[in-house]
Amino acid sequence: MADKRKYVIPGDVVTTGPFRPEQNTVLDGNKIVSTTIGISEIYDDSVRVIPLTGKYIPKINDLVIGKVNSHTSLSWELDINSCYVGFLPAQDVFGRDFSAHADELATKLRTGDLVAARIANFDRTRDPLVSISDRDLGKIDSGVLMEISPSKVPRLIGKKGSMIQMIEEATDAAITIGQNGWVVVSCESPEGLLKAKKAIQMVNEQAHVANLTDQVKEMLDKKGES
Amino acid sequence: MGGREATMVLMDENGKRCDGRTVDEPRRIMIKAGGLKNADGSSYIEFGDNKILVGVFGPRDVHPKHMSDTDTGILRVRYHMEPFSVGERKNPAPSRREIEISKVIKEALEPAVMLEKFPRTAVDVFIEVLQADGGTRCAALTAASVALADAGIPMRDMVAAIAAGKVADTVILDVNNEEDQAGQADMPIGYMPNLEKITLLQLDGVLTPEEYKKCVQVGVDGCKLVYELQKKALNDKYFGNKGD
Repeated sequence: MADKRKYVIPGDVVTTGPFRPEQNTVLDGNKIVSTTIGISEIYDDSVRVIPLTGKYIPKINDLVIGKVNSHTSLSWELDINSCYVGFLPAQDVFGRDFSAHADELATKLRTGDLVAARIANFDRTRDPLVSISDRDLGKIDSGVLMEISPSKVPRLIGKKGSMIQMIEEATDAAITIGQNGWVVVSCESPEGLLKAKKAIQMVNEQAHVANLTDQVKEMLDKKGES
Repeated sequence: MGGREATMVLMDENGKRCDGRTVDEPRRIMIKAGGLKNADGSSYIEFGDNKILVGVFGPRDVHPKHMSDTDTGILRVRYHMEPFSVGERKNPAPSRREIEISKVIKEALEPAVMLEKFPRTAVDVFIEVLQADGGTRCAALTAASVALADAGIPMRDMVAAIAAGKVADTVILDVNNEEDQAGQADMPIGYMPNLEKITLLQLDGVLTPEEYKKCVQVGVDGCKLVYELQKKALNDKYFGNKGD
C-alpha cells in the first residue's frame, strides 16, 4: 500500500531509485520529480502524485456529465468541462441505420441538454469520442447541476463509494458524479436536495480535511433534526 | 547605461545601498497563490514596491484556431502595465517594451511548462503590473510561475527570477528603480532551482568577464531565496502550512 505520503509542488523530488513514474511525475536521471501540486504516494514499484488542482483531462472509460453545445447533421458536440470538446456521433444514438436525411438530431438531444456519457476513445491526435449507449447513460431529465473541482471527485466518491453512499442515504437523493467535476443531484424533497447540495459543497471546499466523512455525517444528521 | 547621470549616492561608505540594503539583500518579497475566482490559477506578488497580479487560464481552446498546434499546446503571455503603475500616466496600449517583456517571459516559462501534454490547446497568462518600481519582469516571471502551478498546469520545475547588477563598481542583488536608472549594469535572471537551469538571462550594461560570472552566481543564489517564498506561497494555499 501507499506509504510515505508527502506534499509536493512542481519540481520537488518525490524519491530516487528504481520506481516507475506514473501520474503527474517524470523521471529525471534517477530522480522522480513531481509535475504538479499534490500528494505523492509511493507504491511497491511505482510513484504517483494525486493532484490537488487542474483541469479535467479525458481518460478512456470515464463517466462524464456533458452539456450539448451544438450539433451538425452527423454528430453532437458536448461541453465536458475540459480543454477538449466531447464528440458524440449520431450513430451512437440512432443506431446503425442512422441516415443524415431521415433523422433529425434535434429530436433526441437539444442544445443545453445534459447527458451522462462515457469516454469511448481518446488520444492526443483527436478530440474525445463519447458514447451514451449503455445502461445508466443518456440524457438526464431532472436534477440540479453542480460544479466541483475535478481533482476533488475521488474525495466526493470516497473509499469504495463510502462518501457518496452516505450522502445519498441521508438525503434520499440520486447523485450522478462525472469524473469531469460535474455532478447532477436529483431529489424528490426540496430539503433533501438542499442538504445534498450542501454536503457536496462541503466536500469541495474541505477536501483536504482528514476526517471529512465524519464531519459531513454530522452536518447531515444535525440538519435533519432541526 | 543609457539612463541619467548618477547624481545620487547609490552606495555609501559603509556598503549600504540607497534604500539601506546590503549588497546581497533582496527587497521585501511577499507572494500569495490564488485570489482570483474566475481564473484557473492566479497569484499576487509584492516585490519591494512592485505590485503584480497574474491570472492563468487553460489549457483551453485556441482562438483564433489557426494559432493552434497539433503537436503541442501553446503558451501565450501578456505583460501589461496599468496606466497608474508609474509616476506619469502610461498609455494603456501595449508598448514596444511590453511586447518584448511578454515574449521574454513566455520564453522563460516554456522550458518549465509541459505543453506537449495538451496538443491543440493554449495556456494564457495575463500579467498586470499594478505598481512598478524596477525589476518588474523578474517579479512577473516569479508570480507567473506560481500562478501556473496554481492552475495545475504540469511543470518540470518552478521558475524563480531576480535581477543582479552592478552599482558603484560593486555587484549587487535585486536592482531597484534608482539603481536601474543610474547604475552600471542590470542582469535579470530566471532560474529553475531543482533542474539547476537558467531560463532567462539578459544584460544591460558593461561587465568584465569576472564580474559577469559573479553576477550570474549572485543572481542564481537570489533565485533560490525567491524559490523558497514561491514554495511557501503554494504550501500556504494548498497544505495550510503543513507542507515541508
